[in-house]
Amino acid sequence: MTDTMSEETSTEEQRPLGVYTRPKGGNGWRDWVTTVDHKKIGILYGAAALFFFIIGGIEALLIRLQLATPNGTVLGADMYNQVFTMHGITMIFLAAMPLAAAFANYLIPLQIGARDVAFPRLNAMSFWVFLAGGIFINLSWLLGGAPDGGWFGYAPNSGVVFSPSVGMDFYAIGLQITGIASLVSAINLTVTILNMRAPGMTLFKMPVLTWMLFVVQLLLVFAMPVIAVALFLLMFSRQFGANFFNTEMGADPLLWQHLFWIFGHPEVYILILPSFGIISEVIPTFSRKPIFGYDFMVFSGIAIGFMGWGVWAHHMFASGIGPLSVAAFSLSTMFIAVPTGVKILNWIATMWGGRIKFSAPMLFSVGVISMFTIGGLSGVTHALSPADTQQTDTYYVVAHFHYVIFGGIIFGLFAGLYFWWPKVFGHMLDEKMGKINFWVMLVGFNMTFGPMHVLGLQGMSRRIDTYSPGFGFEAWNMVATIGSFIIALSVLIFLINVVVSVKRAKGQPPCPPDPWDARSLEWMTPNPTPEHNFDEIPTVESLDEFWHRKWGTDEEGQIVRVATAEEVCQDGTATGVHLPSPSYWPLIFAIGLPFLGLGLIFNLWLTLPGAILIVTSLYAWIFEPVDDPDGPHGEHHADEKEVSEEASDV
Amino acid sequence: MSEETTTGLSHNKLAMWVFLGSECLLFGALISTYLLYRNKFYDGPAPGDIFDIPFTSVSSFVLLMSSLTMVLALSALQKGDIRNNRLWLLTTALLGAVFIGGQVYEFTTFIREGLGYTTSPFSSAFFTLTGFHGVHVSLGIVMIMSLLISSYRGKLTKKNTETVEIIGLYWHFVDVVWIIIFTVIYLVPNPTS
Amino acid sequence: MSTSETTTEDHEHPSDQKYMQIALLLAVITAAEVATYFVHIGAALIPTLMVMMVVKFFIVAAWFMHLRFDSKMFTRFFVTGIVLAVSVYFIFLTIFEFWTKG
Repeated sequence: MTDTMSEETSTEEQRPLGVYTRPKGGNGWRDWVTTVDHKKIGILYGAAALFFFIIGGIEALLIRLQLATPNGTVLGADMYNQVFTMHGITMIFLAAMPLAAAFANYLIPLQIGARDVAFPRLNAMSFWVFLAGGIFINLSWLLGGAPDGGWFGYAPNSGVVFSPSVGMDFYAIGLQITGIASLVSAINLTVTILNMRAPGMTLFKMPVLTWMLFVVQLLLVFAMPVIAVALFLLMFSRQFGANFFNTEMGADPLLWQHLFWIFGHPEVYILILPSFGIISEVIPTFSRKPIFGYDFMVFSGIAIGFMGWGVWAHHMFASGIGPLSVAAFSLSTMFIAVPTGVKILNWIATMWGGRIKFSAPMLFSVGVISMFTIGGLSGVTHALSPADTQQTDTYYVVAHFHYVIFGGIIFGLFAGLYFWWPKVFGHMLDEKMGKINFWVMLVGFNMTFGPMHVLGLQGMSRRIDTYSPGFGFEAWNMVATIGSFIIALSVLIFLINVVVSVKRAKGQPPCPPDPWDARSLEWMTPNPTPEHNFDEIPTVESLDEFWHRKWGTDEEGQIVRVATAEEVCQDGTATGVHLPSPSYWPLIFAIGLPFLGLGLIFNLWLTLPGAILIVTSLYAWIFEPVDDPDGPHGEHHADEKEVSEEASDV
Repeated sequence: MSEETTTGLSHNKLAMWVFLGSECLLFGALISTYLLYRNKFYDGPAPGDIFDIPFTSVSSFVLLMSSLTMVLALSALQKGDIRNNRLWLLTTALLGAVFIGGQVYEFTTFIREGLGYTTSPFSSAFFTLTGFHGVHVSLGIVMIMSLLISSYRGKLTKKNTETVEIIGLYWHFVDVVWIIIFTVIYLVPNPTS
Repeated sequence: MSTSETTTEDHEHPSDQKYMQIALLLAVITAAEVATYFVHIGAALIPTLMVMMVVKFFIVAAWFMHLRFDSKMFTRFFVTGIVLAVSVYFIFLTIFEFWTKG
């Protein structure tokens, strides 16, 4: 909406307000806070997500310390509730989703051969709003207690009666803020993928990663409004005394569970599909074979996206929704295992007969296949509702979703970090440390979550802050706690790897293009990617375009190299490429939102500065041209179209 | 710019349609919540006791006609007729304001008759649903007024028809949501206490 | 440059007179809707109301929102949203036994 008007005004007026100076490009902190470059925004997403990942990890360690021994005293019951709630919120909304957004932002424009996203300033806004929301939720630690009703926030437990601190208010409003970020970003990337593909890049020549991210954006577009309504209902109940979950007046608290899981199950696929996409790029590259069954890969992703809307009540088998509903959702849940199985089969078939090179990204990808399969299989046991009735609310469920989320998502995202690190930063991460990182993480992960299957089947409840001795829980809990610290060690190894590799790369020339003999368009640009991405937008003729420019077949059908990577890659030296100009307003808009939230919770006057910031920034944004004619991108800045338009006006 | 995109569609218009697709799920959730609670009026007034169908019919009609004036505003601008464009935009905003005024009147009447926001699950759901719709209409009025202001500053010309069209899409969407609300919430026979 | 799903915008929008006729039709349907409040038609009431609602919705979307004349891509997004919303919330209300106990 806002961009609509600004584009119109852009050609007519250069400085409509004339009261501020437009930020210029550069490399200082100011360039980062005003940037609209999708690559910088991607890096910001990644850095923020890793930061929250470490916070969520520390919370996990606290949980495991508390549960290491019976009658643990590390955290009290109240603090335990806050810590496990914030662990879930942080890992899902502030770590996994934004880390996937980092890959989406950085890679989608590059993989489809574009110079930026469709709405660069909205993209910046998405990031800053997400960060504002993340900081806002975590402010609750200092301002009266963190959310304590679980990341799922079940009513009526999340109401003021059972959760009197301000924690759940921060939950309802904070997730609303991050939800705005997700929705805006999803609309932006949807338009980008549909509208900004390079010549020849049909939908079915897009890399699998872009396809999976496209499905994710569509899921976000349609799922975010559902959680938005649920959060509004919760917020209005807590703030204004609405009766949505007031059982005394005949309200039904299951309303929350339905709305939450109608969003929540698509959310599971919002989390996992980026990881599926990443390993669908890594596995062909390191198997030196094209992906097996590209069409099946894409369609199974779309099928998962669609079917993800029809399985939500399997989270509610034990809540009394009736035998017919349980049977129907049991069935649909078993069906959704089919497209997921197709993907696993295709990855294995891609590796079959390939000349596999087990570099760090490939190790993490194989980790995804194996660990996610375990999580998928325990998931099928939940689909059988009689079994699920036994497993509900036990550690078996905790084991299941960690095999899916950690084994499926975190391993996949690490594969992506190792794979695209040279693309983003121009130097490789240390390969040996990367392999150690993988094996330590794999061992720690299985030690932590493997025993939870046993604990759950033995009857240990989830969400309890402690347990008595004598139930046979002691040994496995201790193993899980030790495992969690081994995971922490593996993350530490990753961070050391980053520091060591950055130091080693200092003063060295950037690593040559195409370090992995990769397949998709992003590798046609030099490392690190220049600000304008492509010197010249490539014309696409096939899937795996970049690979086909390097390799061909001779008369006998043997694959032979037809060009070196250096010959195919662009050198990134183009000048005067027309790029969108940076802007302050996305950041200022984002700063306004937490004030609205704090105002609603503590004192309505606080909403005033928030509202002023938001309204001012929106109007300033509308009247700010997308492209500043005095911008920093060289003398050839104004493109020919603009010039000719002006000429015709005269 | 539209001729440069892969699909030939403009970014802005496509983004608005994606957003409207998203909004369907938002209003769907609110309407479903209301339907779930239309019988749960506890000690307070029931919907059948309190709805004033003739009054709401008039305000629904007003909102419906504002869709006509919006499309006429767009049509005028497409012909380069700035004066009629302004006239119809202003009419649309006024009709929207009349609708909002009607809603304010309806809400105050309900509160006077004992249906507060916290009276019952029904009342909470009713005010939330219609309130959300009202906020959407109000935002639409703000956008149309912004269009009018830029028109008087000489910046809304034939070149900008797409801006008007996109804001119009939003406006019509809010109207079709009310078409559903009017039937499902008001006209379908309501329980009485 | 463009790919297969290209549909360029149709610039032949209906005339103002056509818009007025459509608005008149909408007004007539609305009048009929309101009339059901005063004239009792028994069991046919709810189906009749639903049909009129859907017709109004369709007319506004097709003509005022130009879906009739515009790219199919827009229709696809809108219809996806509507179909998802209707089916998901229909199941949701079914689980609450809304249709039987309403």
